[in-house]
Amino acid sequence: MNKLLTLWVSLMFSVILLAGCSSTPSGDRQAGAEVSEQSTGGDGGDGSGASTSAASEGGVWQGDPLENPNSLLATRVIYFDYDQSTVRADYLDAISAHADYLAANPQMVVRLEGHADERGSREYNLGLGEHRANSVRSLMMAQGVADNQLVVVSYGEERAAAYEHNDEAWALNRRVELVY
Amino acid sequence: MKKISIVLFLSLAWLHTALADLTIEITEGVEGALPIAVVPFSWQGPGQPPVDVSDVINADLQRSGRFKTIPQVDMLARPTAAEEIEFKDWRALDVENLVVGQVRPQGTGGYEIRFQLFDVYKGEQLTGYTIPTTAPNLRATAHRIADLIYEKLLGIPGAFATRVAYITSVRQGDGQERIDLNIADADGYNPETIVSSTEPLMSPAWSPDGRKLAYVSFEEGRSAIYVQEVYTGKRQKVTAYKGINGAPAWSPDGRKLAMALSKDGNPDIFVYDLATRKLKSVARHYAIDTEPAWSPDGRSLVFTSDRGGKPQIYRVPSYGGQAKRVTFQNSYNARASFSPDGKLLALVTLEDGSYRIAVQDLDSGIMQVLSQGSLDESPSFAPNGSMIIYASKAGYRGVLAAVSVDGRVRQRLALQEGDVREPVWSPFKK
Repeated sequence: MNKLLTLWVSLMFSVILLAGCSSTPSGDRQAGAEVSEQSTGGDGGDGSGASTSAASEGGVWQGDPLENPNSLLATRVIYFDYDQSTVRADYLDAISAHADYLAANPQMVVRLEGHADERGSREYNLGLGEHRANSVRSLMMAQGVADNQLVVVSYGEERAAAYEHNDEAWALNRRVELVY
Repeated sequence: MKKISIVLFLSLAWLHTALADLTIEITEGVEGALPIAVVPFSWQGPGQPPVDVSDVINADLQRSGRFKTIPQVDMLARPTAAEEIEFKDWRALDVENLVVGQVRPQGTGGYEIRFQLFDVYKGEQLTGYTIPTTAPNLRATAHRIADLIYEKLLGIPGAFATRVAYITSVRQGDGQERIDLNIADADGYNPETIVSSTEPLMSPAWSPDGRKLAYVSFEEGRSAIYVQEVYTGKRQKVTAYKGINGAPAWSPDGRKLAMALSKDGNPDIFVYDLATRKLKSVARHYAIDTEPAWSPDGRSLVFTSDRGGKPQIYRVPSYGGQAKRVTFQNSYNARASFSPDGKLLALVTLEDGSYRIAVQDLDSGIMQVLSQGSLDESPSFAPNGSMIIYASKAGYRGVLAAVSVDGRVRQRLALQEGDVREPVWSPFKK
């Protein structure tokens, strides 16, 4: 159930991300990503009873930081360029925020689920998904997150977030999902 | 090149599901295919025969693209035994070869099929057999007869009496995906689901005796390699190391599995001994090493690696050693496998922005692109080396396609619903 929600949320995220940046698939689109993060939090918050409207701008978040839609921790999907497993600069802050959170909460465990787009062979894509998840893992470990807090699983191209066969869908499928 | 567009709609009753029909379409055939007439076999029993044996033989030969079969309406006579044949009738139709036969019930639930193959110009019998069989095996026996005809006329064994394993995925009403590992006859009949999961299944691989399948299942939330006996359903979890457990490939003697494991941090190639359960590292690099495939003599493995920056095919002795790059054309080459004679590699290559199936001659290094899609993958040789089956896309759906090794014959197979992918052709039955 949780996974489905995550998937759906990431889909929503993507729709908005695309609306934010129409032409160039790569490049720095931090503004676009932030817009989507906020609305992602809003869509995803209902499961736990956290209300999006409570987190109005300038207010102080009182609940679980993981539930704060305005926090960088609301970024749960890291997207990658074609055949690349290097984390893009626009995601470093979000990953850093997650690393801080995990380092401060050593009892928390996150699953880093690596994915690839459908192009090319399936087993190679399984490797690519793992490399992506490992890139995120290395960044977090460098910030003091313990090995046993990070579980890497690659799904390769087996679990698409978007099913079309085009650049937009592929961009959404090249990702690492952070699942707490 | 002349196009033969014949569409055979094969109505199938899916055992497990209501997945509907599999369509086999011959999209392109060979000019100069051998003209052959398969005369409807006589039925010497009560009512209707359970399987139209001559129809199965006819469809097999036609589907291979190597034969031009004669429609029944053009037949001037319908002999079912040697003494009834007027060879001049068939010469008039430019038919070079003629198949006649009879099917009769024998004993309880048994049948006997008698067939003869003739050279029309010489007026001579080339081969002929009487084969006992049973109702459930009638189609299989018909495929064997087609194999015998194919071999007699073309000099290489037919691969009609073989099976194909493949993965299907269907999104259910509740949004959940159902992923199945299936096997079917090479003509798409008799599909059976042997594993069903809501988590990914991938990379099926036949054991050399055709009795087992190795595959990857995520049913426990992460990848593990299983080996399952096809006819009993008995299975065993082979590896479930931390990280990727992927790309199982049987050694030609059936005793070992080559595989990709990332237990040491990133995917490397290992060989696992099924009897001793010992693991041997064969290729190790901080890049992605995956998709091992054995040479037919078992002495070497090819695998995909991006150690040079982009995925390319490398070859390494199967006991380990120096890996040598074997593909140099195009920036992306992956998922290689050897032809049964060991002379060719089938692989996925990126050419002009499209992922296509190609064969590379190992001696000359020359690559020939065979498929025409943009997202083609998972090539698998027929055990006689004549065709390569692979996964392709038609619109939003995954479909299966096959192409002859010379690129001159093309077929497409599609389920009416859902995605079909990762076809693997079985070895010959033993």
